[in-house]
Amino acid sequence: MTVDCEAQMKELVIDALTDNLNTVIDFVDEQLEAADCSMKTQMQINVAVEEIFVNIAHYAYAPDTGSATIRVAVDGDPAVARIMFLDSGVPYNPLEKTDPDVTSSLAERQIGGLGIYLVKKTMDQVLYEYSEGQNILTLEKKLN
Amino acid sequence: MNITKQINGKELTIALEGKLDTTTAPELEQELEKSLDGVDKLVFDLKDMDYISSAGLRVLLSAHKKMIGKNGMLLKNVCEEIMEIFEVTGFIDMFQVGE
Repeated sequence: MTVDCEAQMKELVIDALTDNLNTVIDFVDEQLEAADCSMKTQMQINVAVEEIFVNIAHYAYAPDTGSATIRVAVDGDPAVARIMFLDSGVPYNPLEKTDPDVTSSLAERQIGGLGIYLVKKTMDQVLYEYSEGQNILTLEKKLN
Repeated sequence: MNITKQINGKELTIALEGKLDTTTAPELEQELEKSLDGVDKLVFDLKDMDYISSAGLRVLLSAHKKMIGKNGMLLKNVCEEIMEIFEVTGFIDMFQVGE
């Protein structure tokens, strides 16, 4: 039921600043703790959370600042983590960014776009929508 | 993140401990900025590093580019979780990864 789902969802509202990255990661890790997920999965989720949150911190409100809301729910059997990022900054769909060429040589290699590419490759599902003035990015990852 | 440097002739070994992420990558970048003069070979010992994001990859890539035309850059003692990130991003094909 929707009500149950909402009751299990934890929410953090925080200034979208890179200085707050560790607070965001700790918050997400707390919710994952009970699910007993592997080191590898936890690191992939942490990396994805970092890439998305830092993206919001750098670009959503620039040159001003604003807040981001992070919601985490872990449910289902096998357990799936669902992590939502909401911000009221400029509309931006990071999934539309062209994937970097990960086969190019060292001299030609560009780093841009690598963060969101990592997110797309390591998460099971990444969804973006713009609704009621908010960017809403949702990550889903099976925990085991 | 802890950064420990050891120079042996023209070979510089940098041991990294902790997380190489958005908040710590600039420290490593600054450290590299002042350490690569006269260095012919760069070795990163990642034995105690357990996390890397794209910000960390960016610094490793830029260090690697600076070693072009020299004896190169080696990453050693890379844990499974970080190796996976290198594989997904294709860095595994560029980097020399060893024991």
